[in-house]
Formats: sequence, structure tokens, C-alpha cells
Amino acid sequence: MGAVWKYGDSVDTDVIIPARYLTTTDEAELAKHAMEDLDETFASGVRPGDVVVAGANFGCGSSREHAPIALKGTGVSAVVASSFARIFFRNAINTGLAIVTCPEAVAATDAGDEVEVDVATGQVRNLTKNQTFEAEALPDFIMDIVRRGGLVEWVKSRVGADA
Amino acid sequence: MAQTITEKILAAHAGRQEVRPGEIVMCRVDLAMANDVTAPAAADAFARMGVPSVWDRSKIALVASHFVPAKDIASAKLMTRMRAFAIEHDIEHFFEVGRGGIEHILLPEEALTLPGDIVIGADSHSCTYGALGCFSTGVGSTDLGAVMATGEIWLRVPETIKIVYSGAPPAWVIGKDLILSVIAAIGDDGARYMAMEHTGDTIAHLSMDSRLTLTNMAIEAGGKSGVIAPDRRTVDYVRERQAATGRSRDFPVLSSDPDADYAGEVAIDVASLEPMVARPSLPSRAVPVGEVERVKVDQVFIGSCTNARIEDLRIAAHVIGDESFSPHVRVMVIPATQRVWQQANEEGLLERFSRAGASVSAPTCGACLGAHMGVLGPGEVCVSTSNRNYVGRMGDPSAQVYLANPAVAAATAVAGELVHPAEVRPNPPEMARPLMEVG
Ligand code: SF4
Repeated sequence: MGAVWKYGDSVDTDVIIPARYLTTTDEAELAKHAMEDLDETFASGVRPGDVVVAGANFGCGSSREHAPIALKGTGVSAVVASSFARIFFRNAINTGLAIVTCPEAVAATDAGDEVEVDVATGQVRNLTKNQTFEAEALPDFIMDIVRRGGLVEWVKSRVGADA
Repeated sequence: MAQTITEKILAAHAGRQEVRPGEIVMCRVDLAMANDVTAPAAADAFARMGVPSVWDRSKIALVASHFVPAKDIASAKLMTRMRAFAIEHDIEHFFEVGRGGIEHILLPEEALTLPGDIVIGADSHSCTYGALGCFSTGVGSTDLGAVMATGEIWLRVPETIKIVYSGAPPAWVIGKDLILSVIAAIGDDGARYMAMEHTGDTIAHLSMDSRLTLTNMAIEAGGKSGVIAPDRRTVDYVRERQAATGRSRDFPVLSSDPDADYAGEVAIDVASLEPMVARPSLPSRAVPVGEVERVKVDQVFIGSCTNARIEDLRIAAHVIGDESFSPHVRVMVIPATQRVWQQANEEGLLERFSRAGASVSAPTCGACLGAHMGVLGPGEVCVSTSNRNYVGRMGDPSAQVYLANPAVAAATAVAGELVHPAEVRPNPPEMARPLMEVG
């Protein structure tokens, strides 16, 4: 559970983490610069458990995995968006950043609201407004990667099974 | 059942007769690519997967492109890591700085991406290769690590959106203007998760260079891939590149069935297009150049995987002629690959750029991603031939970037303000002849 940081449509990976910081993949280091070109207050103000809520096409642009890693590094518990750009979607699943697609929750939620997200059930609860939303369900195949904690563990399980 | 070219390629690589949009399939990969930014993390992910060796050392390409020549110690370390991985796994296609260039222009030149292939690249513009009639898409580093370990990838079969271009391109209009007008029409996520299939009688008029620009910017419309069914020009190009590089893998020439299902159709009347300019700070803010404010510019960048092929440099040089650049404009020209650089050099283009007052440098992504070789300062205005004008993309977040084709960029460099190329050079350059007149 945490407070909501709310943003608009097409938040691209160049503002989630600018290219000038791509010389590291260190989660804590990247987190210091997360969203800085869009919202200077985010990296210093975000608290573990907070939730990023944004509009359509979240994470569009470059394939940099540094983007979900930077957000994960800030300790946010989830990103709720109306829709995600596909490479960001894959990268978030692969690196274990919790994401849910739920346009209704985005529309009804304001900055600063207290929100709780349960990725396993796909529930988004807005405690401030006392409303609950059902996110789009992920296909079983993708839930399997999520449950294993990311793609590395998933590949390990497959390679192990083949051996 | 009738299928699109994309569905046919995915089915063939999943060991299936047919696939349907929305299905998740495991596909065999023909080529996996990573660059100096994404390869180190891919190598780390690969190491954590506990597989002793890569699935096929001849099907992986590692390309130094983004922060090269190393711009600082941290980027030198990325290169060191990539090179160490290439040596450890005896990667056959490892391109050091000075031997390659920007991956999306390099790999087709090197005949490493062929019609019918599945190409997975750890870079979002990996959609570019689709101009050859293959399925190609971008992923992150962990996905790429998994491909290097297993030779496979899970893919959701995308819906296809059909773009139908009609008419011959008017003077000054090239692939960049076509794709900018598509993105303006459908929006930044108008093709989200979809394959963009470029069709119509206009395609026969387009050079391979222009076609590669069409598929390059699929991602700027949210697309998963861009594809153009191969025609005679594609096959001739691929054979020529195979002969030049001594690589001779067979390839199928596929196309969509006439009654295949599409998620949507967009018609573009090319005959009435003008050169397009995307205003800051989204590619979808593209309008005809005549409607754009004559803004004074601080920098012009002619480079990137979108427009730094030989056709682009020829067009820019044609516009410049014997003129010099406006004294108040900084001009950066970065040919995309060693081969483009050498060709431009032989044709005297590099000298012309240099004499006009440009900084001409070695192949690299450079200024395109605000990495080095032309980072923008606060409030600076830039006209760029690249594909993204997002906030902060080329440097300071307050910089303003306009995207345009190389003719507009070159004319702007001469005039000092954003203008139609005909204002600087009344006669347009000669363009590729339509296919029916070739050979
Ligand atoms: S030129 Fe620009 S868009 Fe193309 S690969 Fe390099 S950084 Fe990416």
C-alpha cells in the first residue's frame, strides 16, 4: 500500500531514465534519477510501497531494461496504467516489476490517493475513495513467469526440465 | 486459413501450420542482436541462467554502436564487458567500433538478416529489418539473454494493421515523410502490439533505403514490428549483399494472402504529400513542412538508424550544393556505418559536408540519444533526421527537437531556420526509379 504518483499518457523510457544514466545497471543508482526529466520531486519523494499511476502507452520508446529496473529500485509496489508499451511490458515481467493494466482505476485515481495493488488477483484498491477495480488478467503463460520471479528463473526451470 | 506474412513467418518458426493473433507461441530465432548498452546486461542475465554456452555462436550479432568510441570510462567498461563476452563465447558476428556502425543499418548490409527470418534485437528499433520481409522486433536485455541461452523466444502473435500507400512520391518526399504521416494519422500508440504491414503501389517506387526508414519507425507508433513483403528489388538487394559478404543462406519470399485478416487499414495518399516535420516533443506531432513555424535552429543533426544511409546523405549533399551552412547553426553529420561512410567518401559527399561547415564523424548513434557528439544544451532548437524527439532525448529536457527528412534538415542548416528544401535548392534530387522501370 502506498501513495499515488500520477502521470499522463505516453510516459516514455527517455524520461523514466534518461540515456545519460545508462552506463550503469545498478538498481539503487538508477533509482536516484527515475523520472527526473518529467518530475524532479519523484526520486527524492517516493516511498517504498508507493504506486505509479499513468495513462496509455506507459514505457514507450527505447528497449532499455534500465527503465523498469529504475522504477523497481525506487521501491514502488506497482505501476498501474491504462496500457503499456510492449517492450516495457516484457521487461517489467522479466525483471519482476509489478505492473497492472486497468484504465478504470487510472481514471478514478488522483495523485496522493492511498492505493493497494494485488498483482496475483489483479485487484486495485483505492482506499482513499473506497473503490475496488479488477485489472486485465494476464495470460497463464505470463503469470507463470511472474510467479517464478522473472525470466531468469523461468528459463532455469525450462533448461532444467529439458536436461 | 488465410494468413498475413507475419503469421506465416511466426508459424514456420513455431513448427505450426498456422497461428492466430493473440496466441502465445514459442519461436525459433534466426538472429539475436545486442549493442553496447544492452549486451552487458544480456550477458549478465545469460550468466544467471546457468547455461554453459550460447545456443549458436553464428546466430548472435554484438554491435558497438551507442556510446562508441567510448565517451567516458563507464561506457568503456560496457564495451569491455561486451567484448569479453564475445571472446568467451567465440561470437562470430562481433562488430567493434571502426568495423561496423549502427546495428539496424549494418545487419542488412552484412546479409545477416534475410527475408522470412525471425530477428530479435535488444534495441527497440530492431523492427527495422522487417523491410526485408522478415519478422523482427525489439526486446530488453533479459529476453535477449534467454534467446542466447535457448535459441527461442515466446511471442504473442500480433494483429496486423495494414498501411496502404498510393501514388508516386512527389519531389522531396521519401520514406521518412510517409512514416511520419502514418504516425500523425494513427498516433503514438496507434499500432500498439501490432505488426505494421506496409503495402500499396507506392512501395515499388521506394528504394531499399527508404523502405528501411518505413519499418524503422514502427516503434514510434507503438508497433511490435514493421514488414514489407519482398519484391524484386528486395531480392536483388539481398542477393547483392550476400555476394558482397560471401554469406549465402537460403531464404523464402513470402507475402500475405489476399483474404488475410487485418485489425485495421490506413490509407495514405502519397501523391499529395509534402515533406513532414514532427514538432517537439512527439513523433505524432508531424505536419507538412509548409505549416511549421520558421523557427531559428541551433543545431542540425543528420544521422541515426532512420536517415543516415547513402540515399539520405546524397539528398542532403544535393541540397547543400556549394553553399555554406548558416554561421549560427552547428551541423553534425554522422554516416550510419563504415560502408556508408566509405561510399559517401568516394562520392565526395563527406568533403562537401565538411567544407560547408559540418562536423563529420565516425559511425555511431551519438547525438540521436543525447549520448555524445552533439548533446543539446538548455533551450536549444534542433532539426534532426532521427526518429525520436521526446523530452530530454537529445540532451537537456528544455531543448526542442524537430524531426525531418535529410533534405529539410540540410536546407535548414543552410538557411538557419526551418524551411522547405525547395527554398534552398529549387531542383529536387533524382530518386529511385519505380520497380517496373528497373532492369
Ligand atoms: S541511431 Fe538512435 S534510434 Fe537508432 S539505434 Fe542508435 S540510438 Fe537507437
